[in-house]
Amino acid sequence: MSTSATTSPNPVTLDPQTRFRETALVRRKKFTEKLARLTFLTMTLLMIFPLLLIVSYLIYKAAPILSINFILDNPVRGMRAGGIWPAFLGTLYLVGISLLVSAPIGVLAAVYLNEYARENWFTRIINLAVVNLAGVPSIVHALFGLGAFVLFAGMGRSILAASLTLAIMTLPVIIASTKEALGAVPTAFREACWNVGATRWQTIRRIVLPNSISGILTGIILQVSRAAGETAPIMFTGAVFFKAIEKGDIFAYGLFDQSMALSMHLFTISTQVPNVPEALPYGTAVVLLGTVLLVNALAIVLRVYLRSRKKW
Amino acid sequence: MAKKIEISNLRVRYGQKEALKGVSFDVHKNEILGVVGPAQSGKTTLLKVINRTIEFIPGARVEGTVTIDGDNIQSIKNVNELRRKIGMVFPLPVGLPLSIYDNVAFAPRAAGLRDKSKLDELVERCLIQSALWDEVKDRLDSLGTKLSGGQQQRLTIARALSHQPEILCLDEFSIAVDPVTTMRIEDVLKELRSEVTIILVTNLVQQARRLCNRTAFILNGDLIEIDSNEVMFSDNPAQKMTYDYVHGNFG
Amino acid sequence: MINRSRLESVTERIIEGIIRFCGFSAILFVFGIFFFVFREGSGFLFSGLDIGQFLTSPEWFPTSVSNKRYGVLALLAGTASVTALSMAIAVPFGLGAAIFVSEFCGPKLKETFKIVIELLAAIPSVVWGFIGLTVMNGVIIDLFDAPIGLTVLNGGIILALMSVPIIVSIGEDALKAVPDSYREAAEALGATRWQVIYRVLLPAGKNGLLAAVLLGIGRAVGETMAVLMATGHSVQFPSNILDSVRTLTATIAAELGEAPVGSDHYQVLFIIGILLFTITFIVNLASDLVVKGIRNK
Repeated sequence: MSTSATTSPNPVTLDPQTRFRETALVRRKKFTEKLARLTFLTMTLLMIFPLLLIVSYLIYKAAPILSINFILDNPVRGMRAGGIWPAFLGTLYLVGISLLVSAPIGVLAAVYLNEYARENWFTRIINLAVVNLAGVPSIVHALFGLGAFVLFAGMGRSILAASLTLAIMTLPVIIASTKEALGAVPTAFREACWNVGATRWQTIRRIVLPNSISGILTGIILQVSRAAGETAPIMFTGAVFFKAIEKGDIFAYGLFDQSMALSMHLFTISTQVPNVPEALPYGTAVVLLGTVLLVNALAIVLRVYLRSRKKW
Repeated sequence: MAKKIEISNLRVRYGQKEALKGVSFDVHKNEILGVVGPAQSGKTTLLKVINRTIEFIPGARVEGTVTIDGDNIQSIKNVNELRRKIGMVFPLPVGLPLSIYDNVAFAPRAAGLRDKSKLDELVERCLIQSALWDEVKDRLDSLGTKLSGGQQQRLTIARALSHQPEILCLDEFSIAVDPVTTMRIEDVLKELRSEVTIILVTNLVQQARRLCNRTAFILNGDLIEIDSNEVMFSDNPAQKMTYDYVHGNFG
Repeated sequence: MINRSRLESVTERIIEGIIRFCGFSAILFVFGIFFFVFREGSGFLFSGLDIGQFLTSPEWFPTSVSNKRYGVLALLAGTASVTALSMAIAVPFGLGAAIFVSEFCGPKLKETFKIVIELLAAIPSVVWGFIGLTVMNGVIIDLFDAPIGLTVLNGGIILALMSVPIIVSIGEDALKAVPDSYREAAEALGATRWQVIYRVLLPAGKNGLLAAVLLGIGRAVGETMAVLMATGHSVQFPSNILDSVRTLTATIAAELGEAPVGSDHYQVLFIIGILLFTITFIVNLASDLVVKGIRNK
């Protein structure tokens, strides 16, 4: 530093008082730094702002109708009054059954891809299939469900057909999140197990799965919220506009019954039924959104909690 | 001397790269055989061939034969039986994310041992043999991954002994371990010699000199020389290169 | 001992078989989707449907009594216009947010933003559609003095908000993959933050960002409920962003319920499904290749 200062043609830099003073370049750098930060912050906030605005607006509009009875009552007078019980229960059924199918298949598929598959063209095709399965539009899933389950397999429009359609839709995301969770378990653990003569499956069951279960569960929980919100895939495979069921009976639906669903109900009363009091669709939207965000928040809390007690 | 392992004309390729270029030697029963050589000579590859974990490495091709007690390991149907015959300790200690007890009991359980009292006894014996018992006997249910590096390495050794192997392979076990622990483990190995055959891969020439009956010198995938320590570390081994290496002139 | 080890290897083999089958099932499902959608639409596709007219005619009159016409060009235009507008909004904002989260945030703030973005991604499409139908509709009518607010603009904004999370999260991954040494080297040379971003980060993260945009497009093209509720129902070429349109997805959702099973109309809707499947397949394949391109580098 000192040599460059003494040989500098500018005598000002010799003065120790001014040597470290801001140069024009430094000032400009600081300014652009601030400007950049501000620009990108604005862009980010503009994205987040709508979320808060929308949620508060929906809750504000729905406030007059929100009560526990709104969830537990049947709709009455052509869905222009009453509650959303059959839709709420229907959504629980659809989500529950679809995950019962997609979670084991998805987790095992991920186990195959991460623990068994060798790097070859076949594995590459499976991975490609998973990526593309994730990209299939939900309405195409609906067409598939109608063609395969409702008509070909003869299930008719039923909870079962709709759940299976949802299951195939959620499958690729479960595979992806499980793969990520399995990949986070260090390879050294697996090698240590193989070295003492444990089989692949013993290694997976005793070491890999127990240590990735939190990530796997988080991925599955996130799919609960996704399946609960989907409308298109169930529209033509099992969800109906209206069906009254016994109040408070959680076994009111059978596998081959048609059912209502929250998402479908919101679509119906906001577009298909005239003269619905305003608060009703808002209330339905808030219950749907609330359920979904609650489940998501649960997944996030679980993830943070489990991350804090990692075993290595 | 009875032969425990016979290796003949062993070649291993990783894609284009040849890691072992046709090595042949025997390992005698109940000896400690040292394997020395610079990094990337193929020492670790040799161990992975012996317990057939080389099969997990994509693109690895093995030629030549390795026999244990006269049986060709390639023709052993149940590879896990083979791996239970061999204890492996690799350079970096790996405590499984299980309790200390379960770490050691893992392999016997995988092999089908369920009896609680036998497991207790086995765990204690292995931890004593690996010189870890005194430090952990009061907290067997705490996590193996939370132990210090040196302790984890001894835990790894305890695990390698837990399935009562006939052969124990150690690959530069002292890299992640402090000198005091290293000396303790070396003492353990000397005691174990009466029960098992030990292959000790090391980059510390002096360690091989201290511990081993015989030492093999491998360089760039070739076996340069194998002989008793008296010869290998004398002033006139068969190969000049051996002399240069063990005296620190290169490598 | 021999019995035990035989039992062991038998159970092991059964479990391995089940796992393998589940792994292969992904391929099965993709083919299954194509097969069953194709099966329902194939009859009319091979005999009856004029494919040239299907792809090039803007006239969509599937229920006309005298002269049924099945042209999807206007529907394609609807999908294209809404997708294009949503990307015009979502790409700059999404990438901007990705840059902010990846380059300007402390770890705490980053975590918070990521959670908010995750929640944004979780909002169901039918709720977005409802917001478009009620909130955005009113806002657009007031702001532009338009007769109706269910327009390309409405659908575009809603789709943009839906696509932004995926662009942010994948874009952020792409930027995270750029080695810190690049940033440090550029700053050591006296570059300003702006210069670091557009001279170093954007070129280095180019592929990942492109993949993020492609996935956003794939999502926007395939979205159904939101555009069904927010874009109105006019089958037409939009002349400006305040026109109503109908997309491919919305057409299926709106008409499948009324088309008798097996009728020409019903089958055409499945053929549109095949078209959608093909478009998203190509978009996803492209983004996958782009991502693989990064990894191989």
